[in-house]
Amino acid sequence: MDRNFLATIGRVFISFMAAVGRIAIFTGQALRHCVIPPYYLRLLGKQMMDIGYYSLPVVGMTALFTGMVLALQIYVGSSRFNAESAVATIVVIGLTRELAPVLSGLMIAGRVGAAIAAEIGTMRVTEQIDALVTLSTNPFKYLVAPRLIAGLVTLPFLVLIGDIIGVSGGFLVATEKLGFNAGNYLNNTFEFLEMRDVVSGLIKASVFGFIVTLMGCYHGFNSTGGAQGVGKATTNAVVSSFVLILISDYFLTVLLID
Amino acid sequence: MAETPKIELRNVCKSFGKKVILDNLNLSIAKGESLVVIGGSGTGKSVMLKCILGLLKPESGEILIDGEDITNSSGHRREQVLRKTGMLFQYAALFDSLTVWENVAFGLIQAHGMKRKEAKDIAIQKLALVGLGPELADKRTAELSVGMQKRVGLARAIAAEPEIIFFDEPTTGLDPIMGDVIDNLIRDCTQDLGATTLTISHDMESAQKIADRIALLYKGSVVWAGLASEIHTCGDPYVEQFVHGDVDGPIKLDILKP
Repeated sequence: MDRNFLATIGRVFISFMAAVGRIAIFTGQALRHCVIPPYYLRLLGKQMMDIGYYSLPVVGMTALFTGMVLALQIYVGSSRFNAESAVATIVVIGLTRELAPVLSGLMIAGRVGAAIAAEIGTMRVTEQIDALVTLSTNPFKYLVAPRLIAGLVTLPFLVLIGDIIGVSGGFLVATEKLGFNAGNYLNNTFEFLEMRDVVSGLIKASVFGFIVTLMGCYHGFNSTGGAQGVGKATTNAVVSSFVLILISDYFLTVLLID
Repeated sequence: MAETPKIELRNVCKSFGKKVILDNLNLSIAKGESLVVIGGSGTGKSVMLKCILGLLKPESGEILIDGEDITNSSGHRREQVLRKTGMLFQYAALFDSLTVWENVAFGLIQAHGMKRKEAKDIAIQKLALVGLGPELADKRTAELSVGMQKRVGLARAIAAEPEIIFFDEPTTGLDPIMGDVIDNLIRDCTQDLGATTLTISHDMESAQKIADRIALLYKGSVVWAGLASEIHTCGDPYVEQFVHGDVDGPIKLDILKP
């Protein structure tokens, strides 16, 4: 009984480490193909539209309501010790450093990561990836690299726009509902905001964009079986993106805090 | 000394875990010859094809194309070899994100660097060769019937005028008439190109129609090989059983008796 239990832990650990190794090899290969030519600029453009531009509504909505609710909640807390003037500062720092990148990352994982895994997974099970190879086209270059680069590049822009929309949401609630003076609120927003608050959030966004597209590609690429396999790949892509975003967020914060 | 074979397999072995798929497989195809490999499902036909294409790596043995050992070549060298080949997949494996002509022209544009406009003209010519009109060129591949998809797949395989063409079960899943149409197209197209072809099939009628030579695969090795015309007179017990579709004979299926 005890031995069985230990064996189970061992098995889980070994298969976990094997998965880590496989993902590391996949990542290495993918990065290599991101830098060596040929580049598929047409595909990169299409992916940037898909991953970046078409995610604007989702990210915008998320940021808007997060900013609004943040202003409300912080007002409740800070008014207990007469520190209402801190609302603007905490809203903007909370959004730029933390909430805009993380929540956008999670939304993108649901929207983009799932779509990538489903598309590449279907291409795998219908032999379209093999067909690419027989047409002397490297699937890493053709499928993976454009998505990774698009994720890496477009997420910071999305989050920057999210920052602006989120702060505006907070501003709206503060001035319209909580009775703040508009000029004072804006002053407070920018007085204590530092460049590195925004930049650290954008760096996070870039990493999250990479994680989401990488997980989508990895799980899609390795999907087996038919419709069920693709479904599993999609689930795994989203779940692993979520987990990795949350874990890496902590370590990125530690790294970026000084 | 005889001419170097176009494709040669020497003692190729491949297994998945403990299951042996290819067991010292030897095969050689002369330039301009059409070889059909027949055999039941699960005898390693597809694995053999994937090993030649480099989608799978054999554990031991050598695969030579034009006398050059390509067993372990990858990257640029593999792409050079694949540039000489074309492949028709069992379920066509058309890229569903692209239109019909983009599928046919894919190899021309990606691997041979042709301009899109020029490639489209050639794609329309190739579509005409397989009996499809130019009005289909801008359609999505999902809108086509299975028979049409297979013909588009054939057009894609021959578009870059390869020296070697692989066919994976070209008639499976088609009605007898469409099967015959495909067989005729394969014969005509490959004869026009002077291409060497390797077909895997379990359709005896189709095999006899397109083959110069036939090889019978059983348990991962060739048990009989000879001219297509000899297949009914060779008296080989394996061939006899396969041609007549008998349950009793030297070929044993892994089916539990009820």
